[in-house]
Amino acid sequence: MTAYLARRLFESALILLGITFVTFVLLYLVPADPARQIAGRSATAETVANIRDQLGLNDPLFVQYWRYLTGLFQGDMGRSYLQRAEVSSLIWARLPASLMLMVTAIVTELIIGLTIGVVAALRRNRPADHSLMIFSFVAISAPQFVIGILLLYVFAVQLGWFPIGGYGTPAHFVLPSITLGLLGAGWYSRMMRSSMIDVLNQDLVRTARAKGLSKLRIVTRHVMPNAILPIIAMIGIDIGLFMSGIVVVESVFGWPGIGQLAWQAIQRVDIPVIMGVTMVSATAIVLGNLLADLVAPLIDPRIKTK
Amino acid sequence: MKRLLLSSALALTAGGALAQVNEDAAQGGEMVVTYQDDVATLDPAIGYDWQNWSMIKSLFDGLMGYKPGTTTLRNELAESHEISEDGLTHTFVLKDGITFHNGREITAEDVKYSLGRVTNPETRSPGAGFFSMIEGFDAWNAGEGEGLSGIEVMDDKTVAITLSRPDATFGHVMALNFASIVPQEAVEEAGDDFGRQPVGSGAFRLAEWTPGQRLVFERFEEYHREGVPKLDQVTFDIGLDPTVALLRLQNGGADVPGDGIPPAQFLQVMNDAEYEDQIVEGGQLQTGYITMNTRMAPFDNVEVRKAINMAINKDRIVQMINGRAVPANQPLPPTMPGYAEDYDGYAYDPEAAQQMLADAGFADGFDTELYVMNVDPNPRIAQAIQQDLSQIGVNAEIRSLAQSNVIAAGGEADQAPMIWSGGMAWIADFPDPSNFYGPILGCAGATPGGWNWSWYCNEEIDQRASDADAMVGDEAGREEAWRQIYLDIMEDAPWVPVFNEQRFTLHSDRVAGDDSLFVDPVHIPVNYDYIHATGAQ
Repeated sequence: MTAYLARRLFESALILLGITFVTFVLLYLVPADPARQIAGRSATAETVANIRDQLGLNDPLFVQYWRYLTGLFQGDMGRSYLQRAEVSSLIWARLPASLMLMVTAIVTELIIGLTIGVVAALRRNRPADHSLMIFSFVAISAPQFVIGILLLYVFAVQLGWFPIGGYGTPAHFVLPSITLGLLGAGWYSRMMRSSMIDVLNQDLVRTARAKGLSKLRIVTRHVMPNAILPIIAMIGIDIGLFMSGIVVVESVFGWPGIGQLAWQAIQRVDIPVIMGVTMVSATAIVLGNLLADLVAPLIDPRIKTK
Repeated sequence: MKRLLLSSALALTAGGALAQVNEDAAQGGEMVVTYQDDVATLDPAIGYDWQNWSMIKSLFDGLMGYKPGTTTLRNELAESHEISEDGLTHTFVLKDGITFHNGREITAEDVKYSLGRVTNPETRSPGAGFFSMIEGFDAWNAGEGEGLSGIEVMDDKTVAITLSRPDATFGHVMALNFASIVPQEAVEEAGDDFGRQPVGSGAFRLAEWTPGQRLVFERFEEYHREGVPKLDQVTFDIGLDPTVALLRLQNGGADVPGDGIPPAQFLQVMNDAEYEDQIVEGGQLQTGYITMNTRMAPFDNVEVRKAINMAINKDRIVQMINGRAVPANQPLPPTMPGYAEDYDGYAYDPEAAQQMLADAGFADGFDTELYVMNVDPNPRIAQAIQQDLSQIGVNAEIRSLAQSNVIAAGGEADQAPMIWSGGMAWIADFPDPSNFYGPILGCAGATPGGWNWSWYCNEEIDQRASDADAMVGDEAGREEAWRQIYLDIMEDAPWVPVFNEQRFTLHSDRVAGDDSLFVDPVHIPVNYDYIHATGAQ
């Protein structure tokens, strides 16, 4: 197990290194010249050249990359071109908001998704099942931007139950969490449904029924615990899904997280910030996957850690 | 899309110079302004987008400023401003007893420090180039010497600025945000974080900044103008999509949507009786145009460029964007000094255009390319232009690209035959006709990486432009000189001027003030200092 963990950690580090390289090269190839963006329209050619020089943009790609990498190892992600503040402090200030939103979204998607999955499985091929599955299909397919605006309009503007965007109180969490969690809820309801149906067809259920247990007891004590296991293993992978969703949801609800930071940095070609946010999300995704792989064998001994 | 371009924006209200601002309104109350993007920086040497432009104006003051709601220059921190006979030396005397937000009195040394800082190459200010007329700029901006040699502190209150050439725009330059006076000790203490911890001498001081959420401006009690600002507090709620911001306004949770009325809701808002009294419309010092690369065939032929000018149906394009603009016939917008009222331009006449093209040897038309930024409504406008061109046999292929790619293509001498400037269009930095020439129509801009995408360079006109800028003290003569310059440029027809954008915004009934304050030509987008609360007693 220790050897396995060490190998996986090493692999993860390699993946992250690869991501730094690919991202760096891609941003290097972007035609927008950061020096000219900083210099503004009225700048002379000398001013632009001077800025390029100061930022080291004239150095060959590999020299620039090496400088970035050595900085990164020392925890230095550089400074924002525009805000002039350290990238690490910009990200650090916004990370808690994103993480908290992610946690509440995971809770939301589990509550909605698992409930729907259980009900649909128990009402298999009946109208309730069909309508729930249509709902999950919509949840998976609908753009988060549309869902967010719709929820805001109905529950915040018309009904006035929740604040119209922003951050701060528990009430602020409700709509963004639902918007972010709905996609996952759609997936989980489908997975939970089929997983439940699998277990319902197994011998243990027949045995339990033969013992004369009540239906409620069979479902809560025997079926659900067995059906839920494969789903728990998926949560780690979800983090990747959230990382893409968070950019949209944060911009709709005015959530002060790293998604908003990323979106604004992209619009302003603030390359150090784009690099920084990419690295943080990539690390989260890699760790999430690692976690999923580590948890899976604990849940299901048939999966071996090789 | 103004946010995409790091540009300052200056707009002028229709008849803005006549605006009357109620300076006697009672003080007190507060206002909530919404924005989608977080504020990039509040450092006056660095901030150059149209969100922080007016915030910085409220936090900082320079020697010169503008009368609220107008483009009329007035003294700000300066008590007096004198220009020497030869137009080369400007002497400013500071007002008495003016202080920074940290309580320290402002002296002439602060002026020298602030102008030296913004032109210091290590500051990397996007505004450094505006100060190139100050003596010693070239050496200092190249990193040599100890500051600008042209700035001399005469005594505690007096500073003399010597120019290397007479420049009639110098007063406007001293009113730019980049010329704001900053306290050296605060800048040095904050270092690179000065943009987050600004200390100035403006009507408001920064009380709170929670990244991504809100900024709070509080009244600066010791402000040098009696009775200003009107409001006790301005809160900026950050992160709200313009659509969501509008919902908040409806709900009473906001007073002004800083990003304006989103295009998707424009017609709905305009037709809603509820908003009727709250909508404010203003002109902008902006022109949208099509460039024709004068160094690429067949646009090297002036007859071809004139024919294209006659082929574009500008009214239809304005209609397409729901009337958020007025058709243009010359480079300058109507509210800019030097605009030629009685000039007719090239009237829309496809038949005459086709004839002209035939006379120039293109009876069968030709193939060309039209570059455009890929954000709505620009591709739609490009299609309208494409249709108009096809009427006279010109087959234009649309190249719809990201903003930076279009700008890069325009900066190459032989790449983009035609560019629609929408989304990247020129917005004046200050209300002076010269501001529409140098980088976009002058020889200086016709270099690789420049903004003169027509690659138009008429040396005779270039000379007249520098002569006009040297006409210090002769406002009328100078205005006439510039008017003639732009009319002569239209004879060479390097552009098709298409329209001048109008700005539309709205405000809640809790705040009030002259309309010109909500579409202030200088305090873009809103003049926070003079708006008052209707509830204040």
